[in-house]
Amino acid sequence: MRDVAIIGIGQTQIREHWDTGLRQLALQAVQVAMADANVTQADALYVGNMLSGTLADQEHLGALVADSAGLRGVEAFKVEAACASGAAALRMGTMAVASGMANVVVVVGVEKMTDALASDITTATALATDGDYEAAQGLPLVAVHALLMRRYMHEYGYSHQDFAPFAVNAHRNGKNNPHAMFRFPVTAEQFAKAQMVCDPINLLDSSAACDGAAAVVLASADAARVLSPAPIRIAGSAVGTDTLAVHDRRDPLVLDAAVLSARRAYGQAGVGPQDVDLFELHDACGIMAALSLEAAGFADKGQGLRLALEGEIGIEGCVPVATMGGLKARGHPVGATGIYQAVEVVQQLRGLAGANQVPDARIGMAQSIGGSGATVITHILQRMDS
Amino acid sequence: MSIPKNWRLRQQRYRLVGEVCEKCGAKIFPPRDLCPQCEVPAKTPFVFSGRGEVYSYSTVYNPPRAFEEFAPYTVALVRLEEGPMVTAQLTDVDAGQVSIGMPVEMVTRKIHADGEDGVIVYGYKFRPAVAPVA
Amino acid sequence: MADSDVGLLKPDREVGIVGYGAYVPRYRLPAVEVDRMWAGGQGGTPVKEKSVPGLDEDVVTMSIEAARNALARAGGVDPRRVRAVWVGSESHPYAVKPTSTIVAEAIGATPYTQAGDWEFACKAGTEAFQAAIGFVGSGMAHYAFAIGMDTAQARPGDALEYTASAGGAAYLLGPAEEALAVLEGSFSYVTDTPDFWRRAYQRYPSHGGRFTGQPAYFKHITAAAQGLMERLGTTPADYAHAVFHQPNVKFPQTVAKQLGFAPAQIQVGLLANEIGNIYAGSSLIGLTAILDVAAPGERVLLTSYGSGAGSDALSLRVTEAVLERRQRAPLTRDYIARRVEIDYATYVRFTRKLKV
Repeated sequence: MRDVAIIGIGQTQIREHWDTGLRQLALQAVQVAMADANVTQADALYVGNMLSGTLADQEHLGALVADSAGLRGVEAFKVEAACASGAAALRMGTMAVASGMANVVVVVGVEKMTDALASDITTATALATDGDYEAAQGLPLVAVHALLMRRYMHEYGYSHQDFAPFAVNAHRNGKNNPHAMFRFPVTAEQFAKAQMVCDPINLLDSSAACDGAAAVVLASADAARVLSPAPIRIAGSAVGTDTLAVHDRRDPLVLDAAVLSARRAYGQAGVGPQDVDLFELHDACGIMAALSLEAAGFADKGQGLRLALEGEIGIEGCVPVATMGGLKARGHPVGATGIYQAVEVVQQLRGLAGANQVPDARIGMAQSIGGSGATVITHILQRMDS
Repeated sequence: MSIPKNWRLRQQRYRLVGEVCEKCGAKIFPPRDLCPQCEVPAKTPFVFSGRGEVYSYSTVYNPPRAFEEFAPYTVALVRLEEGPMVTAQLTDVDAGQVSIGMPVEMVTRKIHADGEDGVIVYGYKFRPAVAPVA
Repeated sequence: MADSDVGLLKPDREVGIVGYGAYVPRYRLPAVEVDRMWAGGQGGTPVKEKSVPGLDEDVVTMSIEAARNALARAGGVDPRRVRAVWVGSESHPYAVKPTSTIVAEAIGATPYTQAGDWEFACKAGTEAFQAAIGFVGSGMAHYAFAIGMDTAQARPGDALEYTASAGGAAYLLGPAEEALAVLEGSFSYVTDTPDFWRRAYQRYPSHGGRFTGQPAYFKHITAAAQGLMERLGTTPADYAHAVFHQPNVKFPQTVAKQLGFAPAQIQVGLLANEIGNIYAGSSLIGLTAILDVAAPGERVLLTSYGSGAGSDALSLRVTEAVLERRQRAPLTRDYIARRVEIDYATYVRFTRKLKV
């Protein structure tokens, strides 16, 4: 097994791309990433996507994107793990290079949601839940998160307003990210008054439907030192799973899959939470962000929210999260998000995060969560000169 | 909506028929033929009482397609008195009157209908007890 | 053949009610709301309020709950010994596909059971009851369910909109030795009388106005009740309680008086003022209210009425078993007391009167 590195990144802006279809979005991200990596060919292409069959009338994305992106003929297939599909595709690419079976791999996450009507999008994202026992009862995905949030508030004595810092922080950072969907600040007062979606989750605590694509180019670490001026090593790449339905979990307020995934990734990288300079966590809503901080060892059980309340999640805090806007403000084109997270960690480690730069960032963690926590995929990235 | 799929699940949905593990006594819902505690095959049917309490709840304002005619409605995680937890709608209760820990009982209600001419799907929901029963 | 040769309906094996259960949804539309909407407050109100089903309720769901209450009261009955589940209604959710199969599945009576639906306007439930008496009384079945349940619909603005409501009752019939009320005999009176009807594919029923009174309701109830009492050799004085089909408050009060019953005798079963006219469940839920309070040894007379038209009259004698069993499920009064008032707009949404 050999070390793997990221040698190129690319991303489209996240928004409602009325003029751009799925294959063109993927092509744009791949072109930018391959140019950034200074490569014109690849051995394999993995496409992270969740909803193309349901919302874009298209499966079989591996072959489609390969052909669209000038990679006709290479090994290519779609990888799906609900909202963690992008990260799952990155895992596939990492394994392909680490094993020696491929030398240059392109991984692209792409999602085209906005061609469909709102209620069809709500119905589609519920595919990440347990179809027979959650979705079948009328729960959209946000409702499952809302159930966790209310229980968390009950068990630890938090108020609804205590969750505002995640939205405020994300939007503050999103303002400085030209690729972000939402580039306006959000105040705690606005958070308090926002319309409920599935209470207690409101419009400012949940992600909007959007389109986007992001891509990375992978090579072995040895090759990367030659090919790239600022290669970033994938020091940890690990997956954990859990019961699909929240009601089957050992403890609904502990993301066991995230604990497993983070522990495995830390082990591979030889680091712990104290070494991580920034954490691109899966902030689909504040409760998932709080639970992610706890599962990854940044806070004790029930104390993840306290980190946010104490201001520790900002760029200058001890665990900066959503540094380029996160799922909240940069956006959450579901199956593409995992790659956006990786791209942003790379930007930070390369010192290219502009106004959002975490000072002297050397080790960054990206973590994607499928559904309510049934699949969690963690990547730990490290500057190769550190 | 799939006719065979809903039909296959009808005993669970109408009556909370689950399983009991003959080895460790764990009650299992929904039935999954394998005990989640001791991981041995478990296929003996067990009918749950339907009594439980609310573990958490949320009122849905943006329903998926098939549920639009019912919105807003409240969903909950309910801890059944025999142990397992289920996800279901609450019914016959105002959103503002729900609390964590509230005792509830199962009732069989309409879950949704496939338009005006499709099959009606029935299943479990939970509500506060009508009256204390001796 | 003379009328006197027409015998009492009574099976060779004695049968009775082994368990009973009521159901009424929790929503109430005050009659003054209908009056406000359609009559400018000048219309008068034939009942105080009526029950309205919730969005997730129908004859299937309500029958399941009433049947479960009946099984709880019967205590320890293996549902697989129930060999018929018969639901009578004029608002079955499907025109083709029986309510009864779904109810049978939900209470565990499948697969060795009869499960066809019954229709005879407001006497569909007692029609099923008569058949169930025969099924058990013949020895073909140990237990049989007869259920009368409706989510009655009335044309917006019509007089019937004040009263057409939702609810009903379920009866588990079995051998008399196991009964909390033994059936002494029954008698029915049926003619082709078009007082109230609904053509196939029509949304709302139509009726003949004042023709629904004397030639319909009063004639059939009187003939059935008197025919039963003559053949049993009983008089109104022999009955502690009587219940008649109750489309409103006045009709049952009037027919009771005409037959020779005192107001006190019909008081317990007269629920129309509080829940409206629940159609196929109307007299049957009056009976559950009576069984909730009746003393062992007391006699009860029930006479239903269904438009089209006909009446079924039943004479029952309550046994000791009722004392212990009645507490095993919610009482009729518990359901009546469970009420949430709604306005006309909410009523229109719940009953899907809006064409969308």
